[in-house]
Amino acid sequence: MQLTPDDLIIAEWGGVRLNATIVFTWLVMALLVGIARLITLRLTDTDTPSRWQNLLEVLVSGMADQIAQVSQREPARFLPFIGTLFLFIAMSNILAVVPGFQPPTASVSTTTALALCVLIAVPLYGIAERGLASYLRTYLQPTFLMLPFNIIGEISRTVALAVRLYGNVMSGTVLAALLVSIVPFFFPVLMQLLGLLTGIIQAYIFAVLAMVYIAAAARSHADDPDPNAGEGRNDETETKEQQHG
Amino acid sequence: MDNIGLIGSVSILTAGLTLAIGSIGPALGEARAAAQALAAIAQQPDEANTITRTLFVSLAMIESTAIYCFVLSMILIFTNPILDRVLAVAAG
Repeated sequence: MQLTPDDLIIAEWGGVRLNATIVFTWLVMALLVGIARLITLRLTDTDTPSRWQNLLEVLVSGMADQIAQVSQREPARFLPFIGTLFLFIAMSNILAVVPGFQPPTASVSTTTALALCVLIAVPLYGIAERGLASYLRTYLQPTFLMLPFNIIGEISRTVALAVRLYGNVMSGTVLAALLVSIVPFFFPVLMQLLGLLTGIIQAYIFAVLAMVYIAAAARSHADDPDPNAGEGRNDETETKEQQHG
Repeated sequence: MDNIGLIGSVSILTAGLTLAIGSIGPALGEARAAAQALAAIAQQPDEANTITRTLFVSLAMIESTAIYCFVLSMILIFTNPILDRVLAVAAG
């Protein structure tokens, strides 16, 4: 039994090893890019878009909606990064039901790489939104004594992101392997179905947490101290929904 | 009992204890969070979307301590670094 697809060597040429993580990451990337490219080649703006274009529109507008709700700001800036994270993790978790496919997210190296992307993206968005000095000052909030704790918090939440995703996906594959040897036929199928659900939820959670971290770093100090601002916005959407209904 | 058997049995015992004790807290916490969220949805069905989203995110945060314990016990059982070192010393 193996805990990570890193140990599964698929090909080897003169010292260069190609393990299952890399191969299946490339596969997922190729699938995502290929499908998106194929669909976007034939985009139309008629009243009857193709069903594939419809699928993409639902995905993109749904992700933009979620980002707007979580971050309470214009989603266009964050959509490329957050959407890519979500689609990649969701795709590799869904494909885990395909026999022979080793989800790359069941490897610590993949999830660490994704979490490091978030770790780097947080200060980048923060500096872009509010400037270098203003962003660095958030590390000194509420007093300069909190500086080491803020830095530790930044690192520990990155570790938590990586280990959470890895642990969830890995537990699914390990459980499936164990159950196949104990109750071979029916029960593992149910666990695979449960794995589909947790896979999607974990992809969603990874994306939402990344968004929350970025939004917290990018929040300008001006709209920070007023706790009623958020509630006011909620009331507006509520009345809007009631009007629709 | 020789060293290898001792390390193996202590590792397995500790892995079981880690998972058993480590899953109590998150289980209680998740149950409480879910019960509160259900009560909140029952009171305000209009806000179900927001409540569900927040519930999922907080469940993931609560769950991560249990996941740490699970990863740790998996490492202890399947890829025990100390046992590997002892085996390497014994072989070499």
